Amino acid sequence: MGAQEDIKTLNTDDNNVSTKTPHAVTMIEAINLALHRAMYCDPNVVVLGEDVATNGGVFRATVGLKEQFGHKRVMDTPLAETLIAGISVGMAAQKLRPVAEIQFMGFIYATMEHIVSHAARLRNRTRGRLTCPMVLRAPYGGGIHAPEHHSESTEALFAHIPGIRVVIPSSPTRAYGLLLSAIEDPDPVIFLEPKRIYRMVKQEIYDDGVGLPLDTCYTLRQGEDITLISWGAMIHETLQAATQLKKQGISAEVIDVATISPLDIDTLIASVQKTGRCIIIQEAARHCGVAAEISASLQEQAFASLLSPITRITGSDTPMPYLRRENLYMISSQDIVDAAIKIMEAP
Amino acid sequence: MQYTTTPYQQKQFINEDGLCVTPLTSHLDNAMLLESYRAMVMIRTFDQRVVALQRTGQMGTYASCLGQEAIGTGIGLALGAEDVFLPYYRDQATQYLRGVPLEQQMQYWGGSEWGNHFTGVAAQDFPNCVPIATQVTHAAGVACAIKIRGEKRCALVTCGDGATSRGDFYEAMNLAGVWQLPMIMVVNNNQWAISVPRQIQTGATTIAQKAVAAGIEGFQVDGNDVCAVYDAVHYAAKKAHSGKGSTLIEAVSYRLGDHTTADDATRYRSHEEVNEAWKREPIKRLQTCLHQKGIWSENQEQALLSECKQEVEKSVQAYLKHEEQPVSDLFDYLFEETPPHLVTQKEHAQQKWSTLGGK
Repeated sequence: MGAQEDIKTLNTDDNNVSTKTPHAVTMIEAINLALHRAMYCDPNVVVLGEDVATNGGVFRATVGLKEQFGHKRVMDTPLAETLIAGISVGMAAQKLRPVAEIQFMGFIYATMEHIVSHAARLRNRTRGRLTCPMVLRAPYGGGIHAPEHHSESTEALFAHIPGIRVVIPSSPTRAYGLLLSAIEDPDPVIFLEPKRIYRMVKQEIYDDGVGLPLDTCYTLRQGEDITLISWGAMIHETLQAATQLKKQGISAEVIDVATISPLDIDTLIASVQKTGRCIIIQEAARHCGVAAEISASLQEQAFASLLSPITRITGSDTPMPYLRRENLYMISSQDIVDAAIKIMEAP
Repeated sequence: MQYTTTPYQQKQFINEDGLCVTPLTSHLDNAMLLESYRAMVMIRTFDQRVVALQRTGQMGTYASCLGQEAIGTGIGLALGAEDVFLPYYRDQATQYLRGVPLEQQMQYWGGSEWGNHFTGVAAQDFPNCVPIATQVTHAAGVACAIKIRGEKRCALVTCGDGATSRGDFYEAMNLAGVWQLPMIMVVNNNQWAISVPRQIQTGATTIAQKAVAAGIEGFQVDGNDVCAVYDAVHYAAKKAHSGKGSTLIEAVSYRLGDHTTADDATRYRSHEEVNEAWKREPIKRLQTCLHQKGIWSENQEQALLSECKQEVEKSVQAYLKHEEQPVSDLFDYLFEETPPHLVTQKEHAQQKWSTLGGK
């Protein structure tokens, strides 16, 4: 077990990260901090993907990991997404905790056979004998004027699959805490990072290694009149909309779903029971999206509280346009404000 | 300049007539030959019994390993207890030799996930893999873990000739080459991927030569000669254990049965071809060899057949007595901690099934 000793030796180095003072960091920096912290705390955590080691990832999420933890634990793989997912399953079955990066969600489809047919089912198929504690990270979503296949929001594809968690942070704080919990989770997690807000805001976070709970929604703003439900980058527009609505005398509650599967429906039900009105905002295409699932569940379980039909604001059922007309697809805070006012004004 | 591809020569110790054509190396001793023979006869007895169970409605769809017993047996005997085995789905012999009881193999084919709950030597082995070739990338991942930890173990994965057309096979073999992984790939070239014959599966002269592009060693062995399979796996495991990388072994055999019990191979191949293939099957030649070496008698043969029949029958009886899984098993193994929506769904299912008498 020579390599394990190597790993321990690496961990005795100071990782140059203080847990006592807060860091003002962007989301991408928070992800980088969480990866450092996870690798520092658990020698079984390994990072793999395309360009993640020497280059530090195309968005720099993994920068510095190879220097600190060595090439045995931070691996530049060949350019093969199916392979990345497949070897992660194999490593996880051997009780490593692989954190694999898919460079963009548009290239994640090659991994789906391994996620759907193996990662999600290994524990069930072997009745608990083999497990799959892997994390598959991918930047997702539009709004950065990227080439084709670099802007999709297809989280619903994974949310449909039993046996995996699908987690989406919407702030540096939640990126840090949720990623740590995803890595510690004993089951596979798809961790989708809204790249449009990778560097949008800074938040002060303590790099204390404390994770945030998965399987729970986060209420970001309390309100009485209407519930605005969203996740990922759209949280930004949703919070802006809530601020604008406040000026017009409408009190909006904003909930970040964060873990879209399994869904914490109870928090959403409680909010809708309070407000009686609800808009679900998703960047993804409309048909069979996560908003549809949330809407159906609320209708089943909170019907008596509803003062108006549940509304969805979504992308259109088209591919994301090329960058010159990307703006046609994206949702603005004004879209949310308009929809909320219309609901409030309805008899 | 002339460009050529060197043809590969199949390694063989015992030919189809039971003659030793290559001197047996020291580990191919009498004890190994007798153990191989016993395992192959056991698995053929088992295989035929399971097909019969399927025909009488007591078994799910089953993939027979008829004719390929030498591959599974050679692997099972040569692979170490510390190594990890990743099967495709005609690996009954290897699983048997790694301690997976026949009864548990029947549980798997009979439709219970508990058939994959291996213990002992096989505790880290993967279960049978239905999506073709995906297990090859898992094996590369297992080999990565072994290499990262610096352990003296290896991963051995099997697949069919059809699987070598798939991306997973190429991607995993490519990684095995570039990362020098402790991994062995054994291709059960049984000539048929359901109805598609080997010659229209790939334009490559051999499957073994696919290893060249990945920068690893690849060669053919006679997959119906248990000694050739054993020797090749033994060699490749030693190589993997000493950090010298990966090996592709193309074990040339023939699928004497249908693809599965749901298939009818007479639709796409001739009786003549199958009859020809029976002349090369693995068990008869080893029996001839044992007789020639003077270490086998007709009495021993009869005793073995009776022993195999008894062991298989005992397993069948145990299999048939298995109780159904409780309703909760459907929900309890998705996550380490069952989330609320599954708890609710489980309660509904339990209520529904309890009103139907729990069946």
